[in-house]
Amino acid sequence: MRLLINKIVLALSTLSAVVGLAFLGWILITLVAKGITSFHFELFLKDLVDGGLRNLIIGQFIMAGIASLIGIPLGMVAGIYIREYGRGKYAEFIRDLSDIMMSAPSIVIGAFVYAVIVIPTGGTSGFAGAIALAIMMIPIIINTTDSMLSLVPKELREAGIALGASKYKVIFDIVIKAAKVGIMTGVLLSFARIIGETAPLLFTSETSNYFSLNLTESFPSLTVSIYDLANEPEKASRDLAWAASFILTVIVLVINLTGRYITRNKHK
Amino acid sequence: MPIMKVEDFYFTYPGVSAPSLKGITLPIMKNKITALIGPSGCGKSTLLRSMNRIHDLYPGNKYEGRIELLNLETDEFENILEIKKENDFIKLRQKVGMIFQKPTPFPMSIFDNVAYGLKIMGIKNKSELHDRVEDALKGAALWKEVHDRLDKSAMGLSGGQQQRLCIARAVAVKPEVLLFDEPTSALDPISTGAIEELIVELKNDVSIAIVTHNMQQASRISDYTAFMYLGDLIEYDETEKIFLNPKEQKTEDYITGRFG
Repeated sequence: MRLLINKIVLALSTLSAVVGLAFLGWILITLVAKGITSFHFELFLKDLVDGGLRNLIIGQFIMAGIASLIGIPLGMVAGIYIREYGRGKYAEFIRDLSDIMMSAPSIVIGAFVYAVIVIPTGGTSGFAGAIALAIMMIPIIINTTDSMLSLVPKELREAGIALGASKYKVIFDIVIKAAKVGIMTGVLLSFARIIGETAPLLFTSETSNYFSLNLTESFPSLTVSIYDLANEPEKASRDLAWAASFILTVIVLVINLTGRYITRNKHK
Repeated sequence: MPIMKVEDFYFTYPGVSAPSLKGITLPIMKNKITALIGPSGCGKSTLLRSMNRIHDLYPGNKYEGRIELLNLETDEFENILEIKKENDFIKLRQKVGMIFQKPTPFPMSIFDNVAYGLKIMGIKNKSELHDRVEDALKGAALWKEVHDRLDKSAMGLSGGQQQRLCIARAVAVKPEVLLFDEPTSALDPISTGAIEELIVELKNDVSIAIVTHNMQQASRISDYTAFMYLGDLIEYDETEKIFLNPKEQKTEDYITGRFG
């Protein structure tokens, strides 16, 4: 009887794994097949208005970059605060808030930024897009900073204190250095997360067919353009959307693998 | 001559009603090694960690009684439990250093590890830093092994080397007292032997208190031994007397392995 149950459970779990992986494989194969046929290096040289993707890729990176400039320091400071300084209710409140923010649907964050920035400033802008991405990023950074700092053994802090260092010096000279690799990985993964986001940008930055460095107007975005292009009737547009999706996937994959590589090397 | 005096000392952890240490009185003699022994939970580590107030890293502890440290300049004892200012804590910890159970190298180079406490003391002169790092590493019998890789990460050293590095780091600031909290329990027998030898040598320069689970270790290296049990100090005497001729039945039961 037990053997029978064992076999049934094994069969069921294998089946679910196969079904899950099959869909993942299907997505990847379609993406690569459709993406590669429409992919050519010209895409990196021309802007969308000329049938390329250059402005979109650069725009996406600029917005994610500005989001990182805002989100990484804020998230790290908050993470350090709740782990090292915060005591009791206050820190718990921030930690809960950050957990809730992390699971907030990204479209809601987009809607929020639309209400508090886009409407008052009179229109979509690259800056609003970057803010929306930063809001997505902050809880992830808080969370990884917090948990990476919690992994630093308390003896290391005590050893610093026992040498006459102040708490602040111990945190900044020793604890953060010890947690550096983990925090860096978290930062990379959160960047990979926001670089592929569409919903927060949909009505904050929108997108633009032209190359632009002006953050006060609608800003070129690869993900939003994929959304737009995929909705267009012409095959050429949809092919371009496939190529863009392929490039985006490769970008996210590379960042993720870098993150994993860093973590793995740490343990050697 | 004592350098530290613990007098009628009570310690209570936060959220616990009963004190973990109940009226401890004992001296730490100058340039001697004092071993604190006793079964787990007897309070020996708690006592040791009170001597440099490292407990204060965590809030809510309650101290009663006195722990006095001899001020070598004025030749008077000062109660370290009265310390409140950050600056005075820093001074206390420069006078009373600590070595932990697990080696705690900082994630930086070997040189920077040893120089860390010196830099906090405000020593910036490069040649002075270098001399004192070299002296400390020689003092910890580590110089020969690491002199050609001072700029390499300390994390690459073996466990025993890391522990000697931590000793060098603590010695570098020239403390008056060194507290060892089971310094060899994470090490192999050969590294343990090296550390024990080192501790015995160190007593020429500093006074030492050591917590150990290992009774042979206590009898091998210490001059005085304090046996503690359930928060009480049962017996304190010269090590030889404690091990050969204990006055208390409890002490005899413990050192002969009847409980522990």
